[in-house]
Amino acid sequence: MTHLISRRSLVAGSAGAAALLALPRLGWAGQPVRGGRLVVAADSEPSNLNPAIVASNGVFFVASKVVEPLAEQSYDGKDGLSPRLATAWEGAADGRSITFRLREGVTWHDGKPFTSADVAFSALEVWKPLQNLGRVVFKNLEAVETPDARTAVLRFSAPTPFQLIRNALPVVTSVLPRHVYAGSDITKNPANQALIGTGPFKLAEHRPGEYYLLKRNEAYWDRTAPSLDEIVFQVLPDRASAASALEAEQIELAAFSAVPLADLDRISRVPGLKVYTNGYEGLTYQLVVEINHRRKELADVRVRRALAHAIDRDFVVKTIFLGYAKAATGPVPQYDKTFYTPDVARYPFDPARAEALLDEAGYKRGADGIRFRLKLLPAPFFNETKQFGDYLRQAYGKVGIDAQIVSNDTPAHLKAVYTDHAFDIAVATPVYRQDPAISTTILFQSGLPAGVPFSNQYGYADPEVDGLIRDAASTIDDAKRAELYKALQRKAAQDLPLINVAEFSFITVARDTVGNVSNNPRWAVSNWADAWVKQ
Amino acid sequence: MAIPRVLAVVLGRIAGAVPVLAIVLLGSFLLLEAAPGDAVDAYLAGAGGADAQRIAELRAAWGLDRGPVQRLAAYAGALAEGDLGWSSAFERPVRDVVLERLPVTLTLMGLATTIAFGLGSLLGVLAGARPGSLRDRALSLASLALYAVPGFWLGLVLIVVFAVDLRWLPVGGIETIASGKTGLARLADIGLHLALPVATLSLVYLALYLRLMRDRMAALWHEPFVLALRARGIPRRRVVWRHVARNALLPVVTMLGLQAASMLGGSVVVESVFAVPGFGRLAAEAVAKRDMPLLLGVILCGAVAVIAANLLVDLAYARLDPRVGSAQR
Repeated sequence: MTHLISRRSLVAGSAGAAALLALPRLGWAGQPVRGGRLVVAADSEPSNLNPAIVASNGVFFVASKVVEPLAEQSYDGKDGLSPRLATAWEGAADGRSITFRLREGVTWHDGKPFTSADVAFSALEVWKPLQNLGRVVFKNLEAVETPDARTAVLRFSAPTPFQLIRNALPVVTSVLPRHVYAGSDITKNPANQALIGTGPFKLAEHRPGEYYLLKRNEAYWDRTAPSLDEIVFQVLPDRASAASALEAEQIELAAFSAVPLADLDRISRVPGLKVYTNGYEGLTYQLVVEINHRRKELADVRVRRALAHAIDRDFVVKTIFLGYAKAATGPVPQYDKTFYTPDVARYPFDPARAEALLDEAGYKRGADGIRFRLKLLPAPFFNETKQFGDYLRQAYGKVGIDAQIVSNDTPAHLKAVYTDHAFDIAVATPVYRQDPAISTTILFQSGLPAGVPFSNQYGYADPEVDGLIRDAASTIDDAKRAELYKALQRKAAQDLPLINVAEFSFITVARDTVGNVSNNPRWAVSNWADAWVKQ
Repeated sequence: MAIPRVLAVVLGRIAGAVPVLAIVLLGSFLLLEAAPGDAVDAYLAGAGGADAQRIAELRAAWGLDRGPVQRLAAYAGALAEGDLGWSSAFERPVRDVVLERLPVTLTLMGLATTIAFGLGSLLGVLAGARPGSLRDRALSLASLALYAVPGFWLGLVLIVVFAVDLRWLPVGGIETIASGKTGLARLADIGLHLALPVATLSLVYLALYLRLMRDRMAALWHEPFVLALRARGIPRRRVVWRHVARNALLPVVTMLGLQAASMLGGSVVVESVFAVPGFGRLAAEAVAKRDMPLLLGVILCGAVAVIAANLLVDLAYARLDPRVGSAQR
């Protein structure tokens, strides 16, 4: 029952959400049934469906049912993991190697056996050189030894924290079949669309613009799984249509907040539909104000603190996220018990204090009541980022800062912020991935070349922060490493290179005939081997 | 002698279309080139980022490290050999992606245009037969109301009524997924799926044809030749259908040709609402993903379709109005 507690704590502090929560009741009637088809709404179709190359939620949503990682996240497993293709993993004391025991009796969808050679190939030829996140995590990977078909030993050229690799397993270790990819141009291999994996489902058909059809893998290593015969991801680009399709019983599940928050209240009262707010703890997003430190005014920490004091986090959570979010204190979300520290400087909503700080910094209100003007670029990724942009404009207007909103579509926004640095402040939504080293430290690290999206393109540079990041990258001791990241959070709260406003995730709406929904922290992007549907 | 003349007209139009297409392509290329961000930026947003070296590798692999002039030259060179290029958004040849969507869009557009034109001009005749009558005023009011309604909203209302409440029709898609249906059963299935999007699109445009037909007819009643016909005691019904309506049809047919263009592009919203994998959505996706070859491919096909539609309209025009043909002799 531990997951029930964590699921409640995710939304604790918001009465609105608590009232709306339709958690699966304990002792919920119904036993898993074998067979049947589950129809799910998909809002996008990634061009490259290969999770070993593109580790992203959009790819995992479909591909995680077909291609499996070495381990998956779990609410109650050791270190928060449950085994998949690996059954055990152990790091050497010197941080130079990690040994994986691989599962027996696993075959690829084309019938060939899965062996340690596949893991070695994937690690050296795909994760390390090609994968967006693997290039960071496996930077020091030197060799993979395969003493036998069931053992893979990863060797590192420099001490590498076992903790990091462990935390990264679900995201970066999707294993590809060596016999399909070896000797080809991996990025152009047709199997990137027609995936071949070891998962509980085979990719049977993809009709672009219409659907992905997944069919049961009869030879899955877990003989009791999968429960479902088929999963259909129906492409529904319009969000209002996803809600209608649920109501009309033409789809049974819409994940990743495909039903807009504004429709949730209505949808949750439709008989036969359930709203799940859990199952996304492992995919927590941060709502962040990015700050261009090249701007003279914003280079002053007093101004940045004023910007933080001017934001009413409570209002943001209640009004923009309708309660489906939490106020943030720093770059690590609160559910992460290993790395999170609440012991940081806070910036409560206090417009008077904000104005005092701005006066102190020498930016008095002019004759028109304006201190200075800022170019504000809200990312177009979510409805909420755009709404928060509008809110920021008002909130900053009240303390005498005139923020002009510049709206861009996605490629234009990325170029403006991360390549051209043509912004003063921007609204962003970085994802936290179980370990700060995977995609969080690059928000603070200095000296990254221009053009790298979702990284520190803010011009913030601090030797102490860089030192903490460097040390944590090679610290093998788990406790010491966590302490370094806590120090990073304290320093980030002091310096405010960027402002963490809220942490949020997604919701799932499903018919009550669907079983085993949201039963792990990455459910939407896990393999759904135990999901079932009442006929 | 009739066939060679038609053929000559067709060939002449095709020859005339080539520079038009070239200008259309160049314009689209420049427009998309002016938009900030490239295909790699769009890709990275979906992938959740990558490091600088991988980004540079991607740009090189997709030819984005070259200047716009070189890229346009390369595209034109490939196009001359009949190659539409490689779509980075779909990681497949543009030709395959476009050909996949073309039948869906042509079916949707063809049905919607036929219904809008047929029903719209028919109702226009009914309204214009007795201008100022109760029937005329009711039809005119209804068409105005329809014309004022945005397409997506109409679509959503139809979904709520016919798919969610009554459950007569599917919410979206173009056929039941992997149903295994073949032949007539599959055709019926597709028909059911297309009913709502076709209805939405045709209702939006129907109003236009109705108004045009009705107004033209109302004006024609004051023409001397109509007055003469009526003075000769020719039955009103015969005057309406044989003389007034036939005359009023000319501007409506002209409109049909213009409509072919806006229908291809104007369906983005309806295609999204009903999850129909058509051309409008493809074009929108190509822009969002900064997929230059795909967008140019879509525009090229669209332009060809519009030119073809206009050619057909002109031929129909010549049949309806003998004066058009005589001018070319």
